[in-house]
Amino acid sequence: MSSTIRSDDDPVTATRRRFLTAGTAALGGAVVGAGAAAAETDNLPPNVPEWMKAPGEPTGGQLYGTPSPFEKGVVRNISTTLKQYISASSRSPLQDLDGIITPNGLFYERHHGGVPAIDPAQHRLMLHGLVERPLIFTIEDLRRFPSESRIHFLECSGNPGYSKPYGKTASDLVGLVSCAEWTGVSLKLVLQEAGLKPGAKWVVAEGADAAALTRSIPIEKCLEDAILVYSQNGERLRPQQGYPLRLFLPGFEGNMSVKWLRRLHVTAEPVYSREETSKYTDLLPDGTAREFSFYMEAKSIITRPSGGQRLSAPGFHEITGIAWSGHGKIARVEVSVDDGRSWQDARLQEPVLTRAFTRFRLPWQWDGKPAMIQSRAIDETGYVQPTLAELLAVRGENYFYHNNAIWPWRIDDNGEVTNALA
Amino acid sequence: MRWREICGVAIAIAVCGFASGTQAQTTYGIGRPATTAEIAGWNIDIGRDGSNLPKGSGSVSHGREVFAEQCASCHGDKGEGGLGDRLVGGQGTIGTPKPIRTVGSYWPYAPTLFDYIRRAMPQNAPQSLSDEDVYAVSAYVLNLNGLVGADATLDAKSLAAIKMPNRDKFVGDARPDVKK
Repeated sequence: MSSTIRSDDDPVTATRRRFLTAGTAALGGAVVGAGAAAAETDNLPPNVPEWMKAPGEPTGGQLYGTPSPFEKGVVRNISTTLKQYISASSRSPLQDLDGIITPNGLFYERHHGGVPAIDPAQHRLMLHGLVERPLIFTIEDLRRFPSESRIHFLECSGNPGYSKPYGKTASDLVGLVSCAEWTGVSLKLVLQEAGLKPGAKWVVAEGADAAALTRSIPIEKCLEDAILVYSQNGERLRPQQGYPLRLFLPGFEGNMSVKWLRRLHVTAEPVYSREETSKYTDLLPDGTAREFSFYMEAKSIITRPSGGQRLSAPGFHEITGIAWSGHGKIARVEVSVDDGRSWQDARLQEPVLTRAFTRFRLPWQWDGKPAMIQSRAIDETGYVQPTLAELLAVRGENYFYHNNAIWPWRIDDNGEVTNALA
Repeated sequence: MRWREICGVAIAIAVCGFASGTQAQTTYGIGRPATTAEIAGWNIDIGRDGSNLPKGSGSVSHGREVFAEQCASCHGDKGEGGLGDRLVGGQGTIGTPKPIRTVGSYWPYAPTLFDYIRRAMPQNAPQSLSDEDVYAVSAYVLNLNGLVGADATLDAKSLAAIKMPNRDKFVGDARPDVKK
């Protein structure tokens, strides 16, 4: 055991380290350019890294941990030129993330009336309408019900729009999607507690934010897999995700998973709120508009290599990304590295879960020549992710929501990766 | 073992009974009854048919005053838009390459205007306007869109009676719409 640990009592070694440190400092002061290079090699073999020569920060220095300062660039992505930031969105940095779980601090945001600061002790959920017993629940009440945890993606329906300008990075393009483990109580159990009356066909959900955001949900979805969520990735919801209570509807457009949930109104028909008539309806070229278009269809994006990144050299590179479908599990993800002429199956990383991110990977040898890479998802219903041209041919540019197009990346001979459709 | 299976079936039947939604039996006994007054205070949902619209009324002329004070800074003096959405015009553009979606051109139901203004506007102080002011602002926005006269006063019945121009242009979700 002791032989594997370098001894700081060794006078020769300790002296040598001090000499190297002092020498580097002097050199850095004398020659600015070379100093940086010398500092970069100071901690590299055969030298002993400086962080091994003294104890680190004390335990408990951060009672709520934050990422390394070297990761400070990995943050949510929000435009700096919006007209206002009360009703706005920020995007998850998809190209910097691995696996299928989005950290809570990097989960995408979409708010319609800002982020309310709610005291959970003063928050209530009211359940009324076509029920036998209208009820009011505290958060502690809801935590008494049998609980469940499930991993699902959540995606804003406008991710992205159909017209230019398109974004540069994976985050710019489709960063309004994230995936987490959600814990709460099945909405079905809570509805049974109140007892549905005959004729109960819809549930109108309302948030306790300044928009009092309201959406109508078909009763079938409420009884299938809807959850009243109080925790995300193991901890209580963040304020940006609806603290202390949100509705969660797996596979449905994100706007319907009402945050800061305060009221469930069981009705015979939808309420036709502004958020399901004026907004979140899909305008077709002939002037008709689709309403109550809930599901997010199958979609994928290569996150590495992706827009804004640069391949360092020809040779081996793993192509990886995420795929998801509101209609169930991802069955396959195909990747093309030759501008869509041929496609090959990517390997799907377990677990492959319903209505959740699935991570895919494909080993690739880049020959250093310009290339076009892209992925397409196929879900368990057999649905194949379409191209943007195919979507535009059917929907036109004014459709705005539910764009699930394949998004190709162009790789130049210098390794730079850019949006091939921009 | 056999007895356990029978018990399991009995429990399953009981649970299925609850799932049908018509049982008057509480499963967990969690939560407390909501009173009529509590529900009335929180239920601000207005149906497309005007159901649950409150008593009271508001005129276009009063709405013009409230709009200038509470709405114009974001939506423009005549609802032409700014920080907030454009509210006026665009009729006849919805089926063109450059649709202008406004209350007058796109919204299918007039009562939704009352619902939305009351619950979410003005953005810096939602649920601060009186019901009369909300009726009045609704009337003014509809007047700017040519859907009620300048001398109109709207209440629950007359607001619900307005037929919006784009009312019949909404269709169901036809996806998947790209076939392979």
